[in-house]
Amino acid sequence: MEPLVIAGRSFRSRLMVGTGKYESLEAMREALDASGAEIVTVAVRRVNLDARETSILSYIDLERYILLPNTAGCHTAEEAVRTARLARAAGLSNWVKLEVIADDGTLLPDPIATVEAAETLVKEGFVVLPYTTDDHVVARRLLEVGCAAVMPYGSAIGTGRGLEAVERIARIVDEIRGRVPVVVDAGIGAPSDAALAMETGADAVLVNTAIARAGDPVAMARAMRLAVEAGYLARRAGRIPKSSVPSPSSPEAGVVGRS
Amino acid sequence: MRIRLNGKDVSLPDGMTLRDLVRHYDLDGEPVAIERNGQIVDRQAFEAEVIQEGDVIEMVRFVGGG
Repeated sequence: MEPLVIAGRSFRSRLMVGTGKYESLEAMREALDASGAEIVTVAVRRVNLDARETSILSYIDLERYILLPNTAGCHTAEEAVRTARLARAAGLSNWVKLEVIADDGTLLPDPIATVEAAETLVKEGFVVLPYTTDDHVVARRLLEVGCAAVMPYGSAIGTGRGLEAVERIARIVDEIRGRVPVVVDAGIGAPSDAALAMETGADAVLVNTAIARAGDPVAMARAMRLAVEAGYLARRAGRIPKSSVPSPSSPEAGVVGRS
Repeated sequence: MRIRLNGKDVSLPDGMTLRDLVRHYDLDGEPVAIERNGQIVDRQAFEAEVIQEGDVIEMVRFVGGG
């Protein structure tokens, strides 16, 4: 695979992974390793004052992975900007996975607030990777305000429903690809979804729940890694067009017993 | 002194710095970020920032997330 380049940094892997929802931090570390990912997302939360909690960073080798803090849970541009600033102040990364979620239980992005927050954060020097809808016009706006990638959903966060509107992802790819990477984020349920995203022309895929909640997260992480690679190669290889007319793969002449 | 920390009323010894606060919660070596009265405080300044009665402080860290 050719390297994935985001904001001037090169990555061998085109699979990004989240660190949420694992049974244990040990399981997370093993799955991260098996995924081959180099970019891992984390959330920013208040320190729990009532209990000492193990640091997730004890399980993430920062020599190997770049942290992509998210603004998950933020409902307004202001909340997201505040969270991103806190994440940067922690001193490990000026990258941010921008998420502004409409406060209605759908976990779908608020595209207007996302563009607004992205614009502010880009001006402040952040490398902004926004989680967005599969609307190509919103993707274009995010590109215009200087985002380092565009990350449309395949389907809603945590649903595992795959790419519900693959042609909409294809439209975003047409619009954005070659300028900044398109990363399909959210909704990936199985390796076939990840492969389809890559076949459709996405530059990378971000997966969390489908790995963390799999029966065997380590095996699923490996499967996702291979699927992303397969989809990438298939895209470059050029798939055949779909046809309504069947066409035999074997010679029609020379079948035994025919006169 | 009493302050508001992460949305809770908390009593702390007078004269504590933000660095002391980080230590108080066993977060030495952890990349926490702190916002004091709405302003983010640079990590290098934790040592010098003395907490005042009534301060509103947010102290965050990284946790698992997607």
